[in-house]
Amino acid sequence: MIELGQAALAASLLTAIFAAGAAIYGAISGDRRWVDSSRRAVYAMAALTTTSVVVLEAAFLRDDFSFSVVASHSSTTTPTIYKLTAMWSSQEGSLLLWAWVLSLAASAVLYLTRRRHRELVPWATAVLAGLGTFFIALMLFKAHPFHQLSPAPAEGQGLTPLLRNWAMVIHPPMLYTGYVMLSVPFAFAIAALIIRKLDASWLRTTRRFALAAWTFLATGLLLGAFWSYNELGWGGYWAWDPVENAALMPWLITTAYLHSIMVQERRGMLKVWNVSLICGAFVLALLGTFLVRSGILESIHAFGASTVGTPLLVLIGLVAIGSTLLIASRVDDLRPERRIDSLLSRESIFLVNNLLLVGMTLIILWGTLFPIISDVVGEERNFAEPLFNQLTRPLAVLLVLFTGVGPLIAWGKLSGTALRRMFLWPAAAAAAAALVLRLVTDAADNPWALVLFAFAAFTLVALGQELWRAGASRRSLTGESFARAFPRAVSRNRRRYGGYVAHAGLVVLLVGVAASSSFQTNRDLRLNVGESAQVGDYTVTYESFSADPETERIAFNAVLDVDKGGEDYALLAPARNYYPTMDPSVGPLGRYFEGEATSEIGLKSGAGSDFWTAFQPDLSTLQPEIERGNTLLADTGAAAQGIAILALTEEYAKSPPPATFRVIVNPLVAWVWIGALVALAGAAFAIWPTAEARRRVRAAYEAKLGRELKRA
Amino acid sequence: MEFLLALAIIVLVAAFVTVPLRRRAGWGEGDPFEAERAELDARKQVKYREIRDAEADRASGKLSEEDFARLDRELRAEAIAILRRLDKLDRDEESRRPAG
Repeated sequence: MIELGQAALAASLLTAIFAAGAAIYGAISGDRRWVDSSRRAVYAMAALTTTSVVVLEAAFLRDDFSFSVVASHSSTTTPTIYKLTAMWSSQEGSLLLWAWVLSLAASAVLYLTRRRHRELVPWATAVLAGLGTFFIALMLFKAHPFHQLSPAPAEGQGLTPLLRNWAMVIHPPMLYTGYVMLSVPFAFAIAALIIRKLDASWLRTTRRFALAAWTFLATGLLLGAFWSYNELGWGGYWAWDPVENAALMPWLITTAYLHSIMVQERRGMLKVWNVSLICGAFVLALLGTFLVRSGILESIHAFGASTVGTPLLVLIGLVAIGSTLLIASRVDDLRPERRIDSLLSRESIFLVNNLLLVGMTLIILWGTLFPIISDVVGEERNFAEPLFNQLTRPLAVLLVLFTGVGPLIAWGKLSGTALRRMFLWPAAAAAAAALVLRLVTDAADNPWALVLFAFAAFTLVALGQELWRAGASRRSLTGESFARAFPRAVSRNRRRYGGYVAHAGLVVLLVGVAASSSFQTNRDLRLNVGESAQVGDYTVTYESFSADPETERIAFNAVLDVDKGGEDYALLAPARNYYPTMDPSVGPLGRYFEGEATSEIGLKSGAGSDFWTAFQPDLSTLQPEIERGNTLLADTGAAAQGIAILALTEEYAKSPPPATFRVIVNPLVAWVWIGALVALAGAAFAIWPTAEARRRVRAAYEAKLGRELKRA
Repeated sequence: MEFLLALAIIVLVAAFVTVPLRRRAGWGEGDPFEAERAELDARKQVKYREIRDAEADRASGKLSEEDFARLDRELRAEAIAILRRLDKLDRDEESRRPAG
């Protein structure tokens, strides 16, 4: 099997090289046969990388430890679902995932454009196949997913315990798919620049791919945040970790791009901006891959040791410099077709939104690369979390406002009368929200949060008003009832109204972020079994402790009884899991506690607030016993060590020492998840083709049939 | 073994990929108007949507009558230009078709 995987990979490299060469030759010579052949080569590349993926997945499922990557990332005791997904926890597997998704996305776009864009497609094929060549070559010459171990070990090292979470099953492929999807609009942008065909046609063809990239990146970010909140035991969902930032940056730039392409489509403006944004988004996607896989920055997510850092850096440099030079050489062809008529126009607001998003990205980029830059200049320093918050907060608050202002304003120009009419209710809602929150809550303690809540009220009412007006306008134009007119109006313009739903979801998400980060109560408690402590309105009692030693891990479990206002609120069971290490130097008993540890948090979630707790048992009292056991059991087998561990944990459970509990009362955090899901639903609605579009495709085929029958 | 497998895969892939190269020269020109027609159709649909959006913006009060009239005039002129090009394309195609 290992030979089949390797052979398919080698063949896919040849196919990718052929596809790039044939596409360029076809483009220059005008011979369609070569272009068609290059498209077939991309399809073949997809089939071959699929074969490699299937071979590797089968090896994980069969516990075939002759595959080096399986031996180092799985074991016979790893649950099946994690065996299936262990592939992308490795550097080799994640590169294979990159190449596989790239070949599928490239095949999809080349199939969809097989009868269109005859000048653009060959060059776009060359770019996509070139990228495929790079990633496949990286696997063949640097990362080796089909490296063989001989003899094969009897047992594997298992999957990193932190990754044994359902969110982590989906998170990496979502992010990688998002990164890879960006290669499609990037490739078409480069093609458009090469042949100087810089109207909006390439934007229209690749818009859905950019939106799909946005959706996948957003899903990946959401799952990553959810995993962090539920698995990492520090109580937050966002820590400005370099790898989190690396996924956020292309998402922010893609958000800007999805808005600014509308300006080019409608008004023929921002052409330089759009090609720059998509090239920037793709460079940031490559940077994201580099940061995860190079190990250059310390991160909880950077699981891979580096063997591919330098080639990735070279690719990033090549793409960044190459696309900048290409754009610079085409400035004359990228002149806007008209100018902005008025500052009170949708195009102006989109431009402001774009500047805010790009500004935020630049701050995050600077903060993410700051440790490397400061290291180069001599003193290694970090860009601390409060600084990220301080610098991005004002931009996020303004974004919330402009998210609502954009939809209220028409293209071209908005008159003063219309301005008053459109802004009346949203502005009233903002004022009312600010007043009520100031009088009834302690929101005024944090002015930024108060302003954000007011702007959120503005935006939500503005979006609601727009949706209402959509139905009302159609009703007045067609005479239909509102109940009939509303869904028809919305489904006829999925892009616009799907976008509005996504806007609403993101505003709700930012409200959740502002509330949970500004008004949380956070305490570390040290309690003996039976003791209680007060956290805000809650009384927390450490009810009991138990130990649960299993083959895979030792779990120390606590039970916390939480009362609110004298009434039962929740019974929580946080736990700390210790996974044994294979390192013999820490001793036969020590190895059970010196490996990786994970937290199972205790969580009571609600619409108003979350009560979150993590548990940290004190192992210092176990240390003398562990050291004694290490000496006594040095020459014994696994059975004796197992009995000793059972006895040790049982003894510890009889009289556990005081344990530390981190307790966090997090207001409105559930709305972070709800907002994100609403935003994703909006994006999915926008991507889905309208019934009208589907009818047009059918009509086009019928017309073609008619023409061809006439000829026959 | 690996070499033989790779060879077998390469032969299969080469057979699939080179199908177009074994066709006669000039193949694939197909309908020379098809790509342009598809592009013009796409632009026509976008323009129609812009006209409908402008009407909805007027109905919802975002555009004054004066601004709407100007914008509508512009958009309709652009739509007519696209329709003219589509008509010309049909005529060109008709003139190239062999008689009989």
